[in-house]
Amino acid sequence: MANPTTAPIAELTGSLAALKERFGDAVRPAEFEGALVDPAHLVEVAKHIRDDLGYDYLSSATAVDYIKSGEIEMVYHAYSIKKGGPALVFKARTPRDNAVLPSLVSVWPGADFQEREAYDLFGVKFDGHPNLKRILMWEGFQGHPMRRDWHEAYYEQDQKPFDSRWPGGHHTRAEDRVKWADNVEYPAGFDPSSFVEEANAAVYERLKQIEVVEGQSVSVPSGNGSGSLKTDELVVNLGPQHPSTHGVFRMVASLEGETIRALEPVMGYLHRNHEKIGERNTYIQNIPYTDRLDYISSMSNNLGYVLAVEKLMNLKPTERTEHLRVIMVELTRIANHFWAIGFLLNDLGAFFTPALYAIEERELILDLFEAAAGSRMMCNYMRFGGVARDVPPGWMEKCRELVFERLPRKIDELDGFLSGSELIRARCMGVGYLSPEDAIRYSAAGPVLRASGVPYDVRRAEPYSIYDRFEFDVAVRTNGDVYDRYLIRIDEMRQSVRILQQALKQIPEGEIQAGKKQYSQRVPAGQTYSRVENPKGELGFYVVSDGSANPYRYHIRAPSFINLTALGLMCTGYKVADTVVILGSIDIVLGETDR
Amino acid sequence: MFGFGVLKGLGVTFRHFVGTYVDDIGYWFRGGRYYNEKSLLRRQGPRAKGVFTVQYPEEKLPVPENFRYLPFLIYDTTANDDKCTSCGICAKVCPPQCIWIVRTTDPVTKRPVPQPAEFYIDTTICMQCGFCAEFCPFDAIKMDHEYEIAAFERFQTMVYDKEKLTKPDTYHAAIHPTDWAREQKEIAEKAAKEAEKKRQAEEKAKAAAVAKEAAAQQPPAG
Repeated sequence: MANPTTAPIAELTGSLAALKERFGDAVRPAEFEGALVDPAHLVEVAKHIRDDLGYDYLSSATAVDYIKSGEIEMVYHAYSIKKGGPALVFKARTPRDNAVLPSLVSVWPGADFQEREAYDLFGVKFDGHPNLKRILMWEGFQGHPMRRDWHEAYYEQDQKPFDSRWPGGHHTRAEDRVKWADNVEYPAGFDPSSFVEEANAAVYERLKQIEVVEGQSVSVPSGNGSGSLKTDELVVNLGPQHPSTHGVFRMVASLEGETIRALEPVMGYLHRNHEKIGERNTYIQNIPYTDRLDYISSMSNNLGYVLAVEKLMNLKPTERTEHLRVIMVELTRIANHFWAIGFLLNDLGAFFTPALYAIEERELILDLFEAAAGSRMMCNYMRFGGVARDVPPGWMEKCRELVFERLPRKIDELDGFLSGSELIRARCMGVGYLSPEDAIRYSAAGPVLRASGVPYDVRRAEPYSIYDRFEFDVAVRTNGDVYDRYLIRIDEMRQSVRILQQALKQIPEGEIQAGKKQYSQRVPAGQTYSRVENPKGELGFYVVSDGSANPYRYHIRAPSFINLTALGLMCTGYKVADTVVILGSIDIVLGETDR
Repeated sequence: MFGFGVLKGLGVTFRHFVGTYVDDIGYWFRGGRYYNEKSLLRRQGPRAKGVFTVQYPEEKLPVPENFRYLPFLIYDTTANDDKCTSCGICAKVCPPQCIWIVRTTDPVTKRPVPQPAEFYIDTTICMQCGFCAEFCPFDAIKMDHEYEIAAFERFQTMVYDKEKLTKPDTYHAAIHPTDWAREQKEIAEKAAKEAEKKRQAEEKAKAAAVAKEAAAQQPPAG
């Protein structure tokens, strides 16, 4: 049990020791890793961490419910953009029955959505948060589903495997088993006909409050610029059912004329509480579920998760496995970027022709995945200490042909078709600007961060797997607009081809599984945060183990979700038609955003 | 020049359009672009040019051996028996918990018999992850290649029972030749090992008997 009284206490070293020296009793060592900060000093400590210690990038902020000690813990992982390297971990505790912590949105605006998520799922109130509303669940939902004592409807047991399956497993359907699930609760006086309006009213109210703050790069004309025409403020809903939103996603924009004054993303339509499912599952059962996060790049999701669990198990995969993983993940990146570029063009109005040209190559990559893993999209290929199976005979030759001959040619072709096109330049250049400072403050990750001129790539900053052995450049562009976010994807594909060519040359023969493959894996008690550079940005898995076969806490830092924090900022001052393109340039997948 | 981008874009699609017909000339000598297995593989391979389309359902992409769809149980045609021993590992590892097994118990001794009495897979829940096949220690459950399972009704037809799940091992051998060869090799190795063990035991027994005889024939010392 991850019980605070029995877990080993981490020593405060390096920057944490400096923190202890500066703040004295307000900073104490926490168990396993990091520093426990007194909530009263949290904002002050966070400012010190950001400004004086140089950990300026808040990657992840999440809550863990320690029900035994009656406390909820917020865990923050801050990284240094300049120095790279591991995280500075700090935590804060609050009692479960009255969970209140100071908000860090004033220090890192990137904490906005993550704190709202912790409020929504764990019921932690954040003092000073400008917009503390539910974000994934619907307004009016009763309870906080990620708390350990909240039991999900229709589930007979809190942990798998269920006892009813074996040895006396007579099939029944969930609906028959639990007659309209009596564990679904509604608040007192709940009226299903009014909650939609109430929720909408809250969103519209919030829009009015958003002021054009200083530091925002684009100024909004008040009324019509010329003054000859009187315009009113208008609220427009884009989505949830809208082809431009890449799924069920809603943007509520307040307009002046056709200019966006403020924009608020509304999400959660695809929410299934992946993290609750993850805590019900055993460790290995989570691997196929990670496929369904960012379903365009399932291989990379697999890798992020198995790396986190391998870190807890202290398991080192074999050489061949490491190479196979890198090959799969880089192929995924290329497939994802082809997809992203194709559909960005779709958003620009080039209806489906560029998208279909671009995903031809993705099709060939998916053929390779199918031959190796058995499925085109839901690959489920990585295992703890290995991969599911070695690639079949003839696979490497096909892959080599693709990587050495076809892909470089096709990437150049796409670049030639599109990059110089005046339509694309006219629509994309100077649109959706995000300054490097804002990109860091808003915890933007991946292509969005690097297109703003911040050369931060997890593969370089904190290399995982065997990325330290390959020669590649971190793609970076400096204009921070939609056009650069498009160009950087072309750059990244070229770098991925470089990595693939090296990996395919170096891959050794040998075993693919380190250690014994088990159907029920016990993982030593501990906490770990492991992140990988996914095609969409930094994907992090925060896993807390209590030594049993099911994870105690399983949290995902989803790049699609956190990159949206800056969406409102990016859209302010541009036209309605531009929001569609700006959203397309962030490249979100709703499976990951809503989880 | 303004408008050049539009012309260039149109040029790209036009080239693609014409290219497909030019590419078709090559297929004349291969028996046509469509409805032809060899052409299909080329059209979908790394050297593909022109239109990528597969004329489904008249044409279907061949599935690789590792392809996984719903699981099926294997019936051993040589031993005339189910391979499944109802150990329950597949039901325990299944991520969406879609496998239900009833273990057989001997009515007299009340001890478990290594055979499933009932076996259900709710295919509306199955996520096609392939863990059951991967972790089965007896090679008794495998992933199928049959992916067209659409039905008009989901309550009776989509819950597969043991009868519907069971397929002969000859079918498994046909769709998974590599896997089948590995299994046969393992069985042969195991048999060889056992035979070797038996032979050694026999030899030992023989040697012991000889020694005993020799000891009996020799007059006691002293």
